[in-house]
Formats: sequence, C-alpha cells, structure tokens
Amino acid sequence: MTTQAPIIHASHLSKIYTTESLETIALDDVSFDIFKGEFVAIMGPSGSGKSTLMHIIGALDVPTHGTYEIDGQSVSHLSDDKLAQIRNTKIGFIFQAFNLLPRTSSIKNVMLPLRYAGLPIAEREERAKKYLEMVGLGHRLYHMSNQLSGGQQQRVAIARGLAMDPALLLADEPTGNIASAQAEGIMAIFQEIHQHGHTIVMITHEPDIAAHAGRIITIKDGKIIEDKINHHPTLAKKDTVGQ
Amino acid sequence: MEEIKELIIESFGTLAINKLRTGLAVLGIVIGIGSVIALVSLGQSTQQAIQNQIQSLGSNLLTVQPGSQNAGAVRGASGGGQTLTLADAQAIATSPMITTIKYVSPELTQRGQMTTGKTNTNIQIVGATEAYAIVHKVTIDTGVFISSLDDASMNKVVVLGPTVVTNLFPDSDPVGQTVRIGNTSLRVIGVTTAKGGTGFQNQDNLAYVPLSTAQNILFGQQYLGSIALEANTADVMTDAQNEVGYFLLDRHKISDVTKADFSIFSQQDLINTVSATTGTFTTLLSGIAGISLLVGGIGIMNIMLVTVTERTREIGLRKALGAKKKTIITQFLIESVILTFIGGVIGILLGVLLSYVYSLVTSSTFAVSVESILLAFAVSTVIGVIFGWYPANRAANLQPIEALRYE
Repeated sequence: MTTQAPIIHASHLSKIYTTESLETIALDDVSFDIFKGEFVAIMGPSGSGKSTLMHIIGALDVPTHGTYEIDGQSVSHLSDDKLAQIRNTKIGFIFQAFNLLPRTSSIKNVMLPLRYAGLPIAEREERAKKYLEMVGLGHRLYHMSNQLSGGQQQRVAIARGLAMDPALLLADEPTGNIASAQAEGIMAIFQEIHQHGHTIVMITHEPDIAAHAGRIITIKDGKIIEDKINHHPTLAKKDTVGQ
Repeated sequence: MEEIKELIIESFGTLAINKLRTGLAVLGIVIGIGSVIALVSLGQSTQQAIQNQIQSLGSNLLTVQPGSQNAGAVRGASGGGQTLTLADAQAIATSPMITTIKYVSPELTQRGQMTTGKTNTNIQIVGATEAYAIVHKVTIDTGVFISSLDDASMNKVVVLGPTVVTNLFPDSDPVGQTVRIGNTSLRVIGVTTAKGGTGFQNQDNLAYVPLSTAQNILFGQQYLGSIALEANTADVMTDAQNEVGYFLLDRHKISDVTKADFSIFSQQDLINTVSATTGTFTTLLSGIAGISLLVGGIGIMNIMLVTVTERTREIGLRKALGAKKKTIITQFLIESVILTFIGGVIGILLGVLLSYVYSLVTSSTFAVSVESILLAFAVSTVIGVIFGWYPANRAANLQPIEALRYE
C-alpha cells in the first residue's frame, strides 16, 4: 500500500432501483479504496450486487447515494457525454462476451476507443499494434473478430482495454465464456499487465479465478462482507494454446 | 471531416452486410426520386413541345376573332359571331392610323369533306389570301400557294397539306389533279411542306382555297372566321394589340371596351395560358410522385429502426468505449443518408432514362433541367436526415448498461 491518492475512492455507495411499488437495494453503503497498481477481484454470487458495483466503477451508471471518484474525478452528477469521456479515457473494459465489433479486424477493434478519443489514425494504428503484440496477437492483426477463438477474442478485448492506457482495467467475468485452458492464459496476461503497473479490477463468481488477484473483495446482498489481501495469488501459466 | 470520412467508409461496410435489405430500402427512394424526375421532365418537355408548336404558327402574330354578339339579353357564344368582315381586314391593311401591322390575313375556316372520287377525307378547309402563307409561315413543297389573282378571280384552286396528300394521293403527284368539296371541283395547284409535330390540331391536315372562293362558292358566308395580323416586330405587340383594338371599336361604333364584339390575342397570350395549364399538371403529377418519395422515406425509417434494434449491443459497446451521443447520432444519420443518397442517384438515372425514352417514343424534346437533378439530390439527402433522425436519436439515447445486456 502507498500513501498516494487512490485510483478509486468509493464512499458509502448505495444503489436503489425503484419500480412502481417496490424498492430494491442492490448496493447498500459500500465503501472502499483501490490504489494504483492493485489487482483486485470482486467476488460474489449472482444477485449479490457485484454487477451493479461494476457498473458504477465503470461509470456506466451513477450511485443513488454516496460518492464515487475515479482518478480524482467525481462521477456522481455527470452528463451522459461526460461519463462517456471518463469511460473512454480512464477505464478499459473487458466483458464476459468479449463484445468485439463483428466482421471487423482485430486492429480496427482495438482502434475503436482511440477513435472516440480523437487520436490521429497513424497513432491509433501504432498503439493498436503495440497492444495486440503485447497480448500475443501480433500475427492476427487483420483477422476478423469472428475468425478468432474465444481466448483470442478476449485478448483482443484486453488489448482494446489497454489501448487508451487507462487508470483502471475493469474486467467483468473475463473468463466466463472461455474454455478453462484458455482462461488460464487470460489470467496470465492479467498478471503480466499487473506487473507492468496497471490497476485491474476483476468481477467474478469463481473463487479459483479470483485467487489470481492480490486482493479479494467479497460482497453479498449489496454489502461488503470481506476485503482481504491475497498473499499468495495463484500463478497462471502462460498458455500457448490460444495463440 | 476525417471523422466523417471514416464513418462513411464504415457505414458502407455495414450496409454491404445485408445487401437485400439495403437494396429494398433504397428501392423506395429510387422509385420516389425517379418518378419525380421523370414526371417533371415529362411536363417540361410537353410544355416545350406545345410552345414550339404555337411558335411555329408564326411569331409576332395577333389574332382577331369575332366576339359574342349580344342580342338583347341573349349573349352569343364567343368566337361564333359574325362581326368580322373582309372590309374590316382591308381597313386594317390600308388605314394610315395602323402603323404597327405588316401583314393582314383574313381567314375563314370550316371542316369539310374532300374527295377525289375514289377516296375522301375530313379536313380543315381554310379560306386564305396570299398573306396567309407569310403570316403563318406556310411554305410550299411543290407547286404554288394561293395568289392574289386566285382570290380576286375566285379561282377554283386548292393547296393541300401533306397529310391530305398522303390520304388522297398516296401514289401520285396531286398537282394538276382535281378534288371535290361538295359539288365544287377544285384544281390542286400546290402542296405545303410538313409543319409536323403534335399539338391541338394537325397543321398538315389542311387544304387552302382562295378566301373569295371559300366565302362565295364553298361556304356561302360573307363573314370572316378570324383575321391574323403580323406585327412589325415582337416589341410592338402590345401597341399593335391596342392600335387594332381601338381601330376596330371605332369602326364597329362601340364606345364601351367591355362590349367589344371581337377579341384580340397574341401568341404570347396563348403560350402563357398553355404554360400555366401544363405547369399545373406538372405540379400535380410531381405531387403524386412526391407521395411515393414520402413512402420511400418511411421505408428508410423502418429499416433504420430495425438496424438500431439489431445493433443494440454494438451501440452499448460503443457508448461504453466512450462514444458520445453526437457520435452515435452521426453514425446512424450517415447510414440513412447514404441509403437515400444512393437511392437518389439511381432514381435520377432512372428518371432521366425514362424521360429520354419518353422523348424518343413521342419524338418530343428531351428536357431534364439541372435544377430538378440538384433538387433531387438535395431532397434525397434531406429525406435521409429527416427519416434517419428518430432512429439515430433512439440509438444515441440507449443506456449503455441496458444495451450491453440486450440479447
């Protein structure tokens, strides 16, 4: 732990969904800080509120109560466009279903957030190549996304998440749709980029996937029930299958 | 600009994925724009054809027609009166008060049956003087036109239009032969060249006889059907109209202009009337074509709504990666504008082709104005924006969480 300002500062976050007569409390007074360079797993069964938390961390949604800051920027009362800008510059998303643009090459997929940031084409290509090489897909730059295996698609998504060099890499069940052999490879990449100094928050319901992280926050019924340092994270073997 | 260019390239890629759907969406616009272009140009070429026709009847031309005669409370039919006489025509020709008129052509026209004994045909029989050929730009193919001598001597001669020749003398030279109108035998002295074209009446299905012959022998009527006048120049048409008008009022001893027993109109009056009429029809037809364009636009909107629904997850992803509302709106607007623009281009080609074919079939002028093409481009683009606006906004307002979850 360092004494510098946290990348993520969540203070008394609540999220209440209101339908006609029913109030559902998805998040109930959740507070935590995440510092630069941490690899945090947020664990919890389905319905525990971890997805809601992920949406707030990802600036896809705003909390009903409490304050949420990412990289010193409060997101509680921002317009849709301002939130889009924060997602673009500060957060790299990795989704369970990869969410690559169909019939689009790997490099074009990785270039997408760079385009929304308004970078010139030459720089987009250069950066996209660099990150695709980093996830071991330097030889698949111009393959269409639907021609790649699940593991390869998720690597493209990781490269896309890293492309803007964000303050936070936010992964939502990153291995959920991948064969276990390839999942190991994905976790190896996470650990590698963690070692490069990136901050990673990973949402998962699988304890053995969470075990790769250096800190595990467990939530249940919208509350944090455990927040512990994992002193001996599982070391994932770099796989070669997916390449 | 760079961003727009990228979006355009991307949109072409997206639209190429579902070619059938794209094609069908475009088709509505093709039909709409195509029919507008075709109908507008059809209207214009018809208008042009009619104007040319009227112009070919003679420029600087004024026509005096007998007006209605009011006998007590009974108002006679316009044009059917018996108020113009040869004396009127001669007075116009000789009076020193008339300075703007070059030629005077007194005329009397009736329909009649002409026969050679073997075949016969129903034609317009025009009682004409020498001036007729000049005023109405009638030229002679073979033989001669009616001379002043023919008129003075009440000669039983006739000049035939080419259609009459085709009908009555398909195989032989008519000049020198004899035709009959009623009981009167007439010697053919000439054939006019074809004036051709279509119009209200066939300018070639005519026969000309000396006016005196027509009045005294054929029709037995001393009145004139009309007096055609050729003004000195096109500039003095209005003066000439006034000059002749007041001259005739004076001759007919009428002091109140509104009670004139004749009317004078120029070719320009006729052209204006016809243009106004065809213009109205063109507008009406374009309006109907415009409705199909509207339907095409609704088709585009429908397709775009389907596209937005199908691509909900993609939109969610784009928003998650930082696409602003404006970016999403622009992306979908560009797609719909590309659809309508392609439709517009094909529609213009189709419309021009149709009007070209029409001009070939009817041997009329091929008239497609640059304005209507530019307008079609503009309209198709505007339709893309208007009908793409709602789907694009719907896409832009999707919440990223909901959109990413969408199955």
